[in-house]
Amino acid sequence: MQGGLLPHPLMLPTVLRCARPISTSLALSRPLAHFRPHMDPDPSRPVERAIRSKLTNTLQPDYLEVHNESHMHAVPPGSESHFRVLVVSSQFEGLALIKRHRLVNEALKEELSSCVHALAIQAKTPEQWGSNPTLAKSPPCMGGSRGDHTVEEKLKGGRE
Amino acid sequence: MNSLIKITARCLRSGAQAYLPRPADGRTWSAPARFLCADVKKDLGEIVKKDKVVVFMKGTPAQPMCGFSNAVVQILRMHGVDEYAAYNVLEDQDLRQGVKDFSNWPTIPQVYFNGEFVGGCDILLQMHQNGDLVDELQKLGISSALLNAEKESK
Repeated sequence: MQGGLLPHPLMLPTVLRCARPISTSLALSRPLAHFRPHMDPDPSRPVERAIRSKLTNTLQPDYLEVHNESHMHAVPPGSESHFRVLVVSSQFEGLALIKRHRLVNEALKEELSSCVHALAIQAKTPEQWGSNPTLAKSPPCMGGSRGDHTVEEKLKGGRE
Repeated sequence: MNSLIKITARCLRSGAQAYLPRPADGRTWSAPARFLCADVKKDLGEIVKKDKVVVFMKGTPAQPMCGFSNAVVQILRMHGVDEYAAYNVLEDQDLRQGVKDFSNWPTIPQVYFNGEFVGGCDILLQMHQNGDLVDELQKLGISSALLNAEKESK
């Protein structure tokens, strides 16, 4: 059972699918309580690593969080398709939200055009982060990725 | 193999239901699907200006197919914005890719106010939380329900 899933009727088929034995080494080495909120880098997750490294290099953040939220969506376990990032950078000062988000999108252009299907962004200045240091929560999945060929192709792209 | 799957999916979609992107208030976008495919950029340039509030989303306002798209619908509903054009990108792959190219924005949902791209779910949510959305709607000539509620409570 995936502890991170929200109890939504549409999620039930996904849970049942995940109950089947998975023989990848990723699944065997990873306990089911994998979905931890803190941020130790995971060497077996190339997309997460790439996102972290690109955002660090481009935006020189004071603080950065990169969350793989794929487990909250209707995609196979171990996917790297849905992410949430929190970037705190002084480069955002004076920039409207949309400009900040565009900077993040630009940094992650390659990932977004290949394997990343969804990217939730919080882009704050150090001052904004200081006065409100909270990570926003993604809304419950409504199952849209299931049977979505665009997402299936992106997932294949991520594994190559 | 992938292109075969794409073509099959497209045939199933268009065969099962002759369905054009339909705005939320029930108006049907009258141009045929092939016209949309032929020059999506030009069409989008017109589509985003036709209505004050335009949303490209997964699913429909009555039945969103994505949590992020649903969040946009819920926020607009909270502000009493019922009259807006919503286009379901799951109905048309050309629209889905076309709007990403047009906006130079990689994800869905996408929100336009008066022909200008506002952002996605995150931005709309932050605008809602910091009060900017009420102001932006005011500029469109839309009086937010939340603004009215605030006035009534005084």
